[in-house]
Amino acid sequence: MANKLISQMGLPPSLSHVFSARNILTAKDALSLPETDLMTLLDIDIALVRSAVASISEATCPPFQTGLALLEEKMKSGGHLSTLLPGLDNALCGGIPFGALTELVGPSGIGKTQFCLKLALLAALPECYGGLNGRVIYIDTESKFSSRRMIEIGEGSFPQIFRLQGLAQKMAERIIVTRPTSISEFNDSLQQMKLTLLQNEVKLLIVDSIAALVCWDNEKGTISSRQSPLRGSLSFLKSIAEFSQVPVVVTNQVRSHSSDDTFHYIFKGHRKDTSNSERSESHLTAALGIQWAHAVTIRLIFEAHSGHRFIKVAKSPISPPVAFPFVVESSGITLLNQEGISVAGSEINAIRCKGCNILTQ
Amino acid sequence: MEISNLPISPSIRSKLLSKGYTSLSSLSSISPSFLAQELSVKLEEAVEVLRAVSDTTTSKSAHIPYGIIPGAVTAWDMLSEEQMQRHISTGCEDLDAILGGGIHCKEVTEVGGVPGIGKTQLGIQLAVNVQIPVEYGGLGGKAVYIDTEGSFMAERAYQIAEGCIYDILDKFPSNSREFLSCKERLQVNNFLAGIFYFRICSYTEQIAVINYLENFLTEHGDVKLVIIDSVTFHFRQDFDDLAQRTRVLGGLSLRLMKLSKMFNLAVVLLNQVTTKFTDGSFQLTLALGDSWSHSCTNRIILHWNGNERCAYIEKSPSVPSASAPYLVTGKGIRGINSNFKRARIM
Repeated sequence: MANKLISQMGLPPSLSHVFSARNILTAKDALSLPETDLMTLLDIDIALVRSAVASISEATCPPFQTGLALLEEKMKSGGHLSTLLPGLDNALCGGIPFGALTELVGPSGIGKTQFCLKLALLAALPECYGGLNGRVIYIDTESKFSSRRMIEIGEGSFPQIFRLQGLAQKMAERIIVTRPTSISEFNDSLQQMKLTLLQNEVKLLIVDSIAALVCWDNEKGTISSRQSPLRGSLSFLKSIAEFSQVPVVVTNQVRSHSSDDTFHYIFKGHRKDTSNSERSESHLTAALGIQWAHAVTIRLIFEAHSGHRFIKVAKSPISPPVAFPFVVESSGITLLNQEGISVAGSEINAIRCKGCNILTQ
Repeated sequence: MEISNLPISPSIRSKLLSKGYTSLSSLSSISPSFLAQELSVKLEEAVEVLRAVSDTTTSKSAHIPYGIIPGAVTAWDMLSEEQMQRHISTGCEDLDAILGGGIHCKEVTEVGGVPGIGKTQLGIQLAVNVQIPVEYGGLGGKAVYIDTEGSFMAERAYQIAEGCIYDILDKFPSNSREFLSCKERLQVNNFLAGIFYFRICSYTEQIAVINYLENFLTEHGDVKLVIIDSVTFHFRQDFDDLAQRTRVLGGLSLRLMKLSKMFNLAVVLLNQVTTKFTDGSFQLTLALGDSWSHSCTNRIILHWNGNERCAYIEKSPSVPSASAPYLVTGKGIRGINSNFKRARIM
């Protein structure tokens, strides 16, 4: 909508000509300038500028819906991709929601890619088996996609289906894997995807992992650059998700939590928080910073402590803060406790990775 | 005010100056046709110039009796008006108390906090609470929800509306006849239908919708609340020129303030946090910069206090700075000491 041409907005022709003569061709150009600047640039008086801006705004503004219409639309289209993990599905009111960005964050080796592989399979399955019967686009930045492992998960979770002749091949054919090697390639594939998502019945988009893309670009070292290189891709990803109403799952890495990271508000004053110091060795924090944390709709934290691994629902508009212990088996991820353990307070945002015995479990 | 400050287009201004009209008084006794001939412009344009001149001179002259400026009101009138004003409840009694009753109409309130603290929850709660009928102590108005991030979930709005209705019926169990008719209006679907939802995908659309709101609000006169969730997202993503960003944001906030006064509604802006280097270390602060922090009338920061969620009033012209704890429950935002059986913590 931002790139709507002023010439197509139905303004009086004399006005349109004035705008195009000064190279203000799209709504974005016109609305980014304050009215007095426009008046000076276009050499027309202020009342005319105001009415032109009002018409352009009305043409650019997206249509509204009532909350009721939104809900009915959601109900009709199902709205969720069930993960087949009952506890998690309950907490998320049905599963991974359509049209929103879900983030999986956790230390390496904990099971994020396993989760993604299972989700890819679930989306490809026919509807009679609980799937979405659609294609899946898997953007693999770290070369972690293993089709062999995926078939193994399939055979473990749906043995009766996968023994059928040819079904495994049909499922595998629905999953499209792409391996971009830089952010610009990634952005290009996103652009192309916007149109093809609907045409090709893509029902799930997975990016595993998005942090790797940023790491490549940051090879020069300075992570202190305030403007993240993912800026454009982020809002684009979100708009793709909403426009085509597909679930988008993104995995993120962790980095260690230094004492600088415990930021406080100015009004809280300086408090020496000694209780945090002993946690900081095993404390991790999600990569990509606070701006990214704001942008995702749902954040699932995968962590390990006290000898178990947990999936925590850390940020979600519709779920309580709960943690589910899980294990990784041949059939993918299984929850050990379907009820979930309630987590109080800001603990829900902590990521722990105590001990190295993850590898031996 | 001299010719150079008049709101007229630059070419006409330069013609005036080149012909020797440098001050307003030189234009005070000229007829439009004479001016048109002098400047070689059309008659309508000359009329416009003279109108602009007379507008500026009348607002400056003090020939109005008793020193009362047209359009101003006395402080006493404002006080009576404010006392009759209803506020929008946030759902948490402690927070309502420190806010002086709730979110004020005719004011712009900014609410900021770290991800996951409950900003969108508060936004949806307010969009539901503004619709509480007048008979039950609410405003009986509708809400406009401008969503820039896609965080509005209709299912959650349904849960919150359900919780709100449940609590109202619990609090006002009266079955008298006058309540029966408004009881019928207390349906979850009605509450959902009273939220006008705009999904914005770029800052251009954000500017466009705020410009368009004036027309929209004239058409839908019962809107009493405008929420923007969040006002920051697109401005952090796509703007390279920070000076231009500050100017555009300034224009936006002025327009929002004007809307809130003109249509007597509350404007609530949800903001994100960022880090700022002050006093030798990085501190958390609300995004969009220092100039933006002046634009809002009130500012509330939601933060973690140990294991509790707290709301802190950082800036308000009418109430002192104070903090209140709140909970996010299955029914929405509630206070710590709700009367009902311990609110099941979500």
